[in-house]
Amino acid sequence: MRKLALPDEILLSIQQPARYIGGEVNMCVKDPKDVAIRFAMCFPDVYEIGMSHLGIQILYDMFNRREDTYCERVYSPWTDLDKILRENKIPLFALESQEPIKNFDFLGITLQYEMCYTNILQILDLSQIPIHSRDRGDEYPIVIGGGPCAYNPEPLADFFDLFYIGEGETVYDRLLDAYLENKKQGGNRHKFFEMAARIPGIYVPSFYDVTYNKDGTVRGFKPNNINASEKVTKELVMNMDHAPYIEKPLVPFQKVTQDRVVLEIQRGCIRGCRFCQAGNVYRPLRERGLDCLKSYAKQMLETTGHEEISLSSLSSSDYTHLPELVDFLIEQCSLRKVNISLPSLRIDAFSLDVMSKIQDVKKSSLTFAPEAGSQRLRDVINKGLTEEVILQGAAEAFKGGWNRVKLYFMLGLPTEQQEDMEGIALLSEKIAETYYDTVPKEQRHGKAQIVASSSFFVPKPFTPFQWARMCTKEEFLERAYIVKNKFKEMKNSKSLKYNWHEADVTVLEGVLARGDRKVGAVIEAAYRNGALFDSWSEYFDNSRWLKAFEKCGIDPDFYTVRERSLDEIFPWDFIDAGVSKEFLKREWLLALGQKVTPNCRQKCSGCGARQFGGGVCYENKN
Amino acid sequence: MKIRIKFSKQGSMKFIGHLDIMRYFQKVMRRAEVNIRYSEGFSPHQIMSFAAPLGVGITSSGEYLDIEVLSTDTSKVMVDRLNNAMVEEIRILSYRHLGDASKNAMSLVSAADYTLEFRENYIPANLEEFFENLESFYRQEHIFIVKPTKRGQKEMDLKPLVYRLERRGDGIFMQVSTGSTDNIKPELVMEEFYKSRQWEYPRFAFQIQREEVYGRDDSGRLIPLEEFGEDIE
Repeated sequence: MRKLALPDEILLSIQQPARYIGGEVNMCVKDPKDVAIRFAMCFPDVYEIGMSHLGIQILYDMFNRREDTYCERVYSPWTDLDKILRENKIPLFALESQEPIKNFDFLGITLQYEMCYTNILQILDLSQIPIHSRDRGDEYPIVIGGGPCAYNPEPLADFFDLFYIGEGETVYDRLLDAYLENKKQGGNRHKFFEMAARIPGIYVPSFYDVTYNKDGTVRGFKPNNINASEKVTKELVMNMDHAPYIEKPLVPFQKVTQDRVVLEIQRGCIRGCRFCQAGNVYRPLRERGLDCLKSYAKQMLETTGHEEISLSSLSSSDYTHLPELVDFLIEQCSLRKVNISLPSLRIDAFSLDVMSKIQDVKKSSLTFAPEAGSQRLRDVINKGLTEEVILQGAAEAFKGGWNRVKLYFMLGLPTEQQEDMEGIALLSEKIAETYYDTVPKEQRHGKAQIVASSSFFVPKPFTPFQWARMCTKEEFLERAYIVKNKFKEMKNSKSLKYNWHEADVTVLEGVLARGDRKVGAVIEAAYRNGALFDSWSEYFDNSRWLKAFEKCGIDPDFYTVRERSLDEIFPWDFIDAGVSKEFLKREWLLALGQKVTPNCRQKCSGCGARQFGGGVCYENKN
Repeated sequence: MKIRIKFSKQGSMKFIGHLDIMRYFQKVMRRAEVNIRYSEGFSPHQIMSFAAPLGVGITSSGEYLDIEVLSTDTSKVMVDRLNNAMVEEIRILSYRHLGDASKNAMSLVSAADYTLEFRENYIPANLEEFFENLESFYRQEHIFIVKPTKRGQKEMDLKPLVYRLERRGDGIFMQVSTGSTDNIKPELVMEEFYKSRQWEYPRFAFQIQREEVYGRDDSGRLIPLEEFGEDIE
């Protein structure tokens, strides 16, 4: 019988005890005594969210293929258990062995969104590991961060020993080998950091000193250790078919957010939307081969028994072999009574045909992401989706029996004017009109249901909009009201619905996204004030953060609404993410001039990611 | 073809709730490639039903579900195949063929056996005295209790619904009425016992295990649900 870290009295007193017991189908079982390295892999949010993340599953599988390593999982305990662990001084434990994290060799934390930063401190705190890197002695695990937010690791620099910049599949083996080598030689923690600093993609924050100008911007960023290099270049997989993928995905007992087989068909994106961090930092585009995907799909359906499979990528329609892959999946899935879900598909004749084959038209809705309300603003953000294409797609869909449409927009984009905001309502209205024009009364399944949602725009590092001024909370809300009022004026307003995101949390996300090392103290102060699960609206409390800014003497506006000059040194400039600063600058100026940039298949824009020896531009010229 | 499956649920699996166990078995059927029958329609689902939900925290050595299959191998082969697709702490115990006319497990359920063991730190200082009290509690002719209902409360006699209540080693064995009418949980019986002695009921005192679930045959006799089916040779 498996021994659990928590006694029955606790497990029976909290919500969803299954979050903390492990034991899921396909969980890796090893005897901790038989391995040299114990690695705790953490997603700093609740189990159901963390278990839905593909990246961790890939790394979990990859690490556990090493005989000398046992990779286990840990997630944020929900607030009920958090309280009990603190009161009873029970150290946080890993799901597999149920043993304390503090006894592990590594604690790897994935950084998927800024609003989980206080949860990172929770994980360290509950594990009884000092939250500052400088306070950790040799007896503590090496704390390493990775994932998209590692592209600006600076707000977290005090809390992590190492960051892994880029895709995890490439140099982890070297890092673990170096760890063993150092252990064998009797080297201490510092010695290992020096070895790690020499591995490409590994950033050791304590090996760099930052100086600031009087105005608070970064003046210089210099290594203070000879093993650390001036620039840290992101790591990435160049041959997707040779990279490890998951053979036996974990199958949770509980319903989790992503309760299905996830097939990652490609990485990177050819589109070049100027607000999108993923589209920039995952360049260049790398596809997986069709045969490879077919066998993964079959194998994962067999080993999990999931009733759904989903394709994952930034823009699935751009995958070269999509029709063949979809045909294969339709055949396999009808055999096994498995559903297919195809997110991030462009709405066109092909996708409508596929969707009508794989799902119940009456139950499903169409999704468009125009992101901006007017063509002018769509040109600014380089979203190559025109009104004509949207209306055409919608008309086709309405003829095919759909009557529900979801639309995603952003508010607060650079250069946005009142007409652009009102355009959100106008475009929604036109889609409703299209429905009533295309579908004769007797063939309608009720009213058209057009739901438009807007989030507030947050400028992110390594995007052309990294120079952009962000709106204040008041500006955001004002813009949302403008859109809302315009919706009320629409003739078909009964067929339209408009939602918008919360503004407080967006402003904070803006601070953390483009923050520097000074922001670390604010995160810590907010955590001490009780901030936790900030991405959960029922737990987010802005006053905890406002007090923290005040206590630390940090002005959040410096990170959000300040205008940045073109020659400013950004806290993340020491990272080479492939796309060059010159390219991003060019794109920023094109955006301000409302000029679009063609996608990678149409024309190479010289973003810089070709240096890695891949991408459609590289393949064409090879 | 109707099949009745008996399984056990032990150790940490007691924390997995009933709905999750249903989802778990749907995936098991796929992993083990059971040729299960699906409902008709646009979103087909597996024909599967469970006998009696088990509360979180309770282990079991006698849980049941019924499925319908289009074809099957022998019971022995199917038990192995299913177990290969299962986690360690949930085990398939039997896989039996039911007659086409047989009632489903859920509607058959009439009684269940439970054993209750004291958790560490909860063992009474004087065990003998505890069991003497329990015995005299059960010896009563009637055990009137007040049960909350949808419209307030109702008084009922617990005694005829507790078929057996006795000491077994340092623990307790009981057989109680189970099913859609008169569903008696072992916790309720223990709570009433503690109340009758004017003792405070310690919520975590017992590790409860369901041992078996019964239905009544034509003569009204209680027989384990698996015995309504036959092994496939």
